[in-house]
Amino acid sequence: MPAAAQPALTEHLAHHRAGRNAAELRAQDRAEQWMLGSLALPGLLLIGIVALAPIVWLFWLSFRTADGMTLAHYERLLHPSYLITLGSTFELSFLVTGVSILLGYPLAYIIAQARPRIAALLLLLVLFPIWTSLLVRCYAWLVLLQRRGLINTWLSDLGFIDGPLRLVHNFTGTSIGMVHIMLPFMVLPLYASMRAINPDYMRAAANLGASPVQAFWQIFVPLSLPGLAAGIVIVFVLCLGFYVTPALLGGGRVMMWSMQIERNVSYYGDWGAASALGVVLLVMTLGILWLLGRVIGFDKLTGGR
Amino acid sequence: MKSTTISLPISIGDVTKTYGRTAALDNVNLEIASGEFITLLGPSGSGKTTLLMVLAGFIRPNSGQIRFGDREVTLLPPHKRDVGMVFQNYALFPHMTVAGNLAYPLKLRGIARAEVEERVARALDMVQLVGFGERQVDQLSGGQRQRVALARAIIFEPRILLMDEPLSALDKKLREQMQIEVRHLHQRLGMTTVYVTHDQREALTMSDRIAVINHGRFRQIDKPQDLYERPNDRFIAEFIGESHFLPVEVRGGAAYLGERAMRLAEPPRHQAPAQFLVLRPEKLKIVEATEAADLNVFSGQVKEFVYQGESSLLYVALADGQPIAIRQPAGNAQRAPLPGSPITLGLAPADTIIVPSEEP
Repeated sequence: MPAAAQPALTEHLAHHRAGRNAAELRAQDRAEQWMLGSLALPGLLLIGIVALAPIVWLFWLSFRTADGMTLAHYERLLHPSYLITLGSTFELSFLVTGVSILLGYPLAYIIAQARPRIAALLLLLVLFPIWTSLLVRCYAWLVLLQRRGLINTWLSDLGFIDGPLRLVHNFTGTSIGMVHIMLPFMVLPLYASMRAINPDYMRAAANLGASPVQAFWQIFVPLSLPGLAAGIVIVFVLCLGFYVTPALLGGGRVMMWSMQIERNVSYYGDWGAASALGVVLLVMTLGILWLLGRVIGFDKLTGGR
Repeated sequence: MKSTTISLPISIGDVTKTYGRTAALDNVNLEIASGEFITLLGPSGSGKTTLLMVLAGFIRPNSGQIRFGDREVTLLPPHKRDVGMVFQNYALFPHMTVAGNLAYPLKLRGIARAEVEERVARALDMVQLVGFGERQVDQLSGGQRQRVALARAIIFEPRILLMDEPLSALDKKLREQMQIEVRHLHQRLGMTTVYVTHDQREALTMSDRIAVINHGRFRQIDKPQDLYERPNDRFIAEFIGESHFLPVEVRGGAAYLGERAMRLAEPPRHQAPAQFLVLRPEKLKIVEATEAADLNVFSGQVKEFVYQGESSLLYVALADGQPIAIRQPAGNAQRAPLPGSPITLGLAPADTIIVPSEEP
């Protein structure tokens, strides 16, 4: 609008703000905002107590000894044994995330393309493991993968192998178990974002001259990226802090960051050191999220788009 | 894009597509001339979109033959058909910019970068979106998206253009403006265009010919004016334009409304005894006398007066209770007739249309 009209308009608006019932209507607006705010208060309080307070406490502990403030807990983390643990934690997390993508993407694609009835059934099968106890699933893998387990027995009975394969109590077994646990967390967001892709996009691509393979890579995959990003974030972050499966299937040979935390607390009763480990893990996780967000956009990261 | 665009005739022969026990297309035949703008018009579920999808290659018919010019395309997958298509929801790729969308079909055809850029610029100019190339699709208004979709469909110079209710998401004013724009574009580029709509007014506005389809069959294929003035049967007359119907009896080349012989310009085209007189509101006029030598007259009572701006509708109940309506251009001086007052309407013999209930 022309600049000259501005003052007149403001005056005009000011006139309305002082108009009939204006004060009462504004009061109602404010009362409504207050009410909505106070309705959210219990939830905010709960989150504050349950989630935020322990984190603050963790930070506090990690900088303290009996004598006062210190950085000793963090200095200790530079010791090679911790660095090696950190390395293998990341190595395992990358590997499990990668394998989850390779297995999860085709699976999610099949479910997304299937007719509704079959898709519902397949989704049920994907969800089924989540409803079973984590421990039960880990022990089940132990039974399957151990030296005289089902898989080794079959393979040698069928003559494929001479001696039993070392499938468990090592990196391999841990990876297998973790992929199994993590797969649903990859498939579900992927499926949701694939399902949201309007089939007309694929038709349009074909109509414009794209072969099915071109249409898949140039249209479908880019449009499914939000789901993929959400899946990667969930799986990777869960892997970084994973404890149960590596502890059971790693047989003490796979040292994860989370296991160092547990050792510091239960063997040495050293809450300070454990807290420092926790803070480092938290900061690194946030750092990775931030990096991913920079690369693919924060709105996509949460699967919001 | 250029005026050198060549168009191709389309030949649809005996195409049938069934879903379960219902036939979406029931042995359909249609010859579309090169450069023609033809509209497939029908209610929802009539099979019009199915036919368009068969032409594009997205739906495989059970049997039949599709030819584009000399080339049989019945078995060809969609990406090898080289036809442009505008989708109902536009289907613009949300992960590409406007220019990216326009360039996509050109890149797929291996066209050099410099030429791609030049053609994208020209296409943007043609749909009056210069400077919008770097916008994201979700930053465009409905009308702008429509234009981009249109530009993307013709940028690779297809000789056939398919349009699936492309204007249905726009508001009325914009829709009418785009109808004219699409029509002009077609006149300039001259590609054979198959347009699907359920809006009879849109069909009348845009088409060289209209093919009315229902239950998977063509009911009438004609020029807009012929379709309106000479409908084949009651379905067509009901679907195109407003009409009321009075049952008439046809015998010996004449039509009788009750005992009264109608004044006709030509004898009824069909011989079935039970037919209908089609009364278009705008063809009727108010007459003073209850008898007129050169008109068919209908006497009744005013029921309701509806003011609609540029014209007004007057609902009238005939003596036997049959409802009819008359449309008059609205004027300042016009007074609303009182409900219940007697009124006599006249219809010229040349405007008298007699149709059977279904074409035999």
